[in-house]
Formats: sequence, structure tokens, C-alpha cells
Amino acid sequence: MTLRGRSVVSINDLNDDEILLILDTAVRMAELAERDEHPDLLGGWVLANLFFEPSTRTRLSFESAMKRLGGDVIGFSEGGSTSAMKGETLADTVRMVSGYSDAAVIRHSREGAARMATQFATIPVINGGDGAGQHPTQTLLDLYTIRKAFGKVEGVKCALVGDLKYGRTVHSLAIALARFGAQLTLVAPEALQMPPEILRALEERGVRPRVETALAPVIPEADVIYMTRIQRERFPDPEEYARVAGSYRLTVDALKGAKAHAIVLHPLPRVDEIDAAVDATAHAKYFEQALNGVHVRMALLALLLRGEEILKEIGGQRAA
Amino acid sequence: MKELKVTPIRNGTVIDHITVGMALQVVRILRIAERGASSTVSVLMHVPSAQMGWKDVVKVEDRELEPREVDRISLIAPHASVNVIRNFNVEEKRSVTLPSEVVGILRCENHNCISNTEEPIESRFRVVRKEPLLLRCAYCEREVTDVLSNMK
Repeated sequence: MTLRGRSVVSINDLNDDEILLILDTAVRMAELAERDEHPDLLGGWVLANLFFEPSTRTRLSFESAMKRLGGDVIGFSEGGSTSAMKGETLADTVRMVSGYSDAAVIRHSREGAARMATQFATIPVINGGDGAGQHPTQTLLDLYTIRKAFGKVEGVKCALVGDLKYGRTVHSLAIALARFGAQLTLVAPEALQMPPEILRALEERGVRPRVETALAPVIPEADVIYMTRIQRERFPDPEEYARVAGSYRLTVDALKGAKAHAIVLHPLPRVDEIDAAVDATAHAKYFEQALNGVHVRMALLALLLRGEEILKEIGGQRAA
Repeated sequence: MKELKVTPIRNGTVIDHITVGMALQVVRILRIAERGASSTVSVLMHVPSAQMGWKDVVKVEDRELEPREVDRISLIAPHASVNVIRNFNVEEKRSVTLPSEVVGILRCENHNCISNTEEPIESRFRVVRKEPLLLRCAYCEREVTDVLSNMK
């Protein structure tokens, strides 16, 4: 089935071949960007960025991706400036926007908002994050970054660290990593471990992750250390927060025992879970990860709007 | 003393093969207390059953069930059968069947789910597993842990 005209609300809306096609196309986009070539694949097309909740990276990288392909962007960056404040439903907003644009990215505070939007939109809808729910383009760019570093995902030892319960990105990432055969270790305080439904979904795919509460023993074995932020508001007791957050802090010292090729990723924004001194090490790949988001979103937008025909124009390969 | 028997009904519905212990929940689903009933409602609990060992039975006189009421019953008593009685005859006899999607009869447990807002949609759950029942919200993908208390 072609990607043209499809919506992407959850990473599970894409099969393995489709994910690989998007990642391969993103590789091509990055190669072209490196040569300062900007293929005009989406000249005349309009993307609507509907950000009911604030976002920096997701919104700007979609905007950058669309513009780099010659397209245009309309939209808003907080719900307060829209008629949602006057009581307009998301359903009505989406119906209206379908007439103004060719695809829409939605970020909303309510889980399921993007899925609902697909019922009312006549254009492809991309979920840019729905509450504590899904964030599929983050998962795509995480997979892209791991694949770029190791040439594959299968067999790569990935440690997901921090808030695995409420962290929006780690749920779909864990499932996607399992789909592509990575080895998973889940490192979190007991109260913030991966929810049972995600563990069940992993088990259905034959994956039994190693579960740890301490970070230190995991570092020497990991190829990927995927850090997430532990949020203060998850803890009723500030002292308990300080103790827990402190024990999941990645420092240059802690990384001394890491494999030479190990990479550190983070969906950003980070607060203090990765010490700023780590930025200067070869392990730090989180800013590159954020840049990769533009290439991945370029690939996704081009494929959803125009389908596989764009591959001829950029010299890309159809995934096997 | 004369034994009190539950007699056959002239018109109405007999919900048979209810999972033992669930009869009062079925009565709750039918909203007998809220809607009131002009005729008799009989509840039989812990009745011997060749098929099930024990079962419950609910008889509602002068009322036939709406399809959504039958869907609701299927969520808590998946083996129940619904018999429509007209003039003492069993006019229709059918087993309840769990639909593949449960639409409009449950509330999502996730308070932050888009289906719990003023949007023009009905709640929608996919049946992931029939026994034991596992439902997942089609919007936020949260699993339902308590069907009864989330019934609308």
C-alpha cells in the first residue's frame, strides 16, 4: 500500500517496510542536504501546523522540513490564539483546515486527539504528540539515529532510562525497537517503570526486556543509552524527587566505563539528567538526533503528500 | 406453605445463561430503577444449569431490549441468551455476541482522552481479547480495567 494520502498517528500505523522506506528516504534527504541540494518536491503544497500545545523542536523541524522541500506552512503555535478558545471543537477546526492545506500536523494536550482528527480531516494527519500518548515522528527519528550509528537496529543493545511510565516517547520507541530486533533494557525507579500494557505488547512480539533500577551496571553493556527527563511533578515529596532524579544523572564520569562506540540519545529538552560536560564527548548524539528530525520529517512529508514517485526525483531506492 | 414459582411470562424478555452472580448488574444495565417498570421484573440467582453449572436469569415483562442494551449485557455476561417472548411463545432466541468494536456504551477511563470531551464523537473500544475481556480505547489506546463502573 502506498504511503500517499495516509495519516500517521501511531508508529503502529506503519508496517516495517514502510518504516524502512521512510528511513531510507531520510538518508537520501540528508545526503542531498549535505551537498546543499534542495529538491523542490513540495513546491505549491501547504502544511498546517496545528500546535494547541507549545513545542519547539517538533514544530520548527516540521516547518523547516516543509520549507526545505519548497512547500509552505500555515498554522499556530498555541491553542490560546485560536477559536478553540471560543469553544470550537477540534473536529470543526480540522474540517476547516482540510480546505486550507494539504496535510496537517497536530499537537494536542488530549490523548487520542490526532486519531480523532483523522475521522474529520480529508487530508493526511500527522500526530505531533497527543498528551501522554503517541509521538510517531520522534520514534522515526530515534530509529533513524540508531540505524545511522550502527547501520542496523537488530541486535543493538538499547537502554531506555528515566521516566518510562509517563514519558511519551519511550512507549512507542520500545515497541518499535522490539519490532526491529533490538535488545532492550529498561532502567527506571519502580514507580516509573514501563506500563504493563507496553510490557505486554513487547511480550507479544517475543521480547522480554531486562528490567533494572540502577543505571551504573547498565552503562558498560549498552550501545544506546536513551535518557529521558524525570519530572518533578511526578513526585509528591521533593526530597524523594531529588534522590531519584540524582541517581539517573548521566555524567562524564559515569560514562567512563561505556563502550567506545556507545551513543547517548535524549528526546530533549533535557534539564539536568545529562550533565552539560557530556556534550563534548563522542557519545553525545542528542543534538544530531534533533537535526535528524528534519530529514526524517522531510521524507515523511514528501511520501505522504506525493507517494513513492518522489524517489525517482531524488534518486532514492524503494526499500526491499 | 405454597411454593413461590417464577411463572412463564406473557410478553417481554428472558435473559438466560447470565454468568452466575451478574444478574443484579444486568438489572442495573437495564436501568430498571431509573426508568421504572410497569410490569414485573424477576431475578433468579444461582440456578442450576446443564451448560454452565450455575447461572442467573432475569425476566423483564412487557419490554424488549434495544441492540445497545444487548451489547452492554455482552460485556458482563458473554454467554447470555436473550429470548423475546410474545404471547407466551419464544419468538426469538439469540445468544449475545460481543461486537468487534464497542461503540458509545463505555466511558474511557483516561480522563484526558479526547473521547471524554465535547467533541462530536462516540466512545469507541476495540475488543482485543474476548476471554478474559480486554478492551482498548480506539482513541487514546488505554486499556479498560473496570467495565462495570465505566458503563454509560
